[in-house]
Amino acid sequence: MTIMIIISAVFIILAVILTFIRFLIGPTVYDRIAALDVLTLITTVIIVVLAVNYKQKIFMDVAIVYSLLSFIGVIAFARFMEKKIDQ
Amino acid sequence: MINEIIGVIMFLIGSIFMFLGALGLMRMPDLYNRLQAGTKATTLGIIFTILGLGIYYPEIIFKAILIVLFILMSNPVSSSTLARSAYKKGIKYYEKTINEVEDICLK
Repeated sequence: MTIMIIISAVFIILAVILTFIRFLIGPTVYDRIAALDVLTLITTVIIVVLAVNYKQKIFMDVAIVYSLLSFIGVIAFARFMEKKIDQ
Repeated sequence: MINEIIGVIMFLIGSIFMFLGALGLMRMPDLYNRLQAGTKATTLGIIFTILGLGIYYPEIIFKAILIVLFILMSNPVSSSTLARSAYKKGIKYYEKTINEVEDICLK
């Protein structure tokens, strides 16, 4: 069972590295925003893993607020870039 | 004992889906393909990983279901808004993409 947890951790670390490469080399701004969305979702999973690792139930509330701020951030960036062409 | 096995297997499946979503975000040729790969696969991965952790530790299952429901509602909305904004700004397609409205109906 420890082997499967280590394999899952390796997959999550590879996902973070690939998404961060796309965040660095993205040709347009929208690629970077999409990569930022995926990075915040993976960070939510990592916060839940920390909550069950340190046995702190308050970290689950931190994960809820973090996913809320990720959603609001992506919506704000998209609407801002859309409004910018009209002027 | 049985809930630990089910939780670990669901966590493994979810982490594989998150890796596939990040690989699609890296390898796809176009912004819209990247959004499609990076959002849908990652949403499925989030559902499997957080529900797997909630099954493994049953004391956090309520807030885990709350996080999963919120992400299930909010993530397609943010992806749709991002694609709409990019389409209005006129981001180029991949050259093999066929846009049925502009390429077929309007000609």
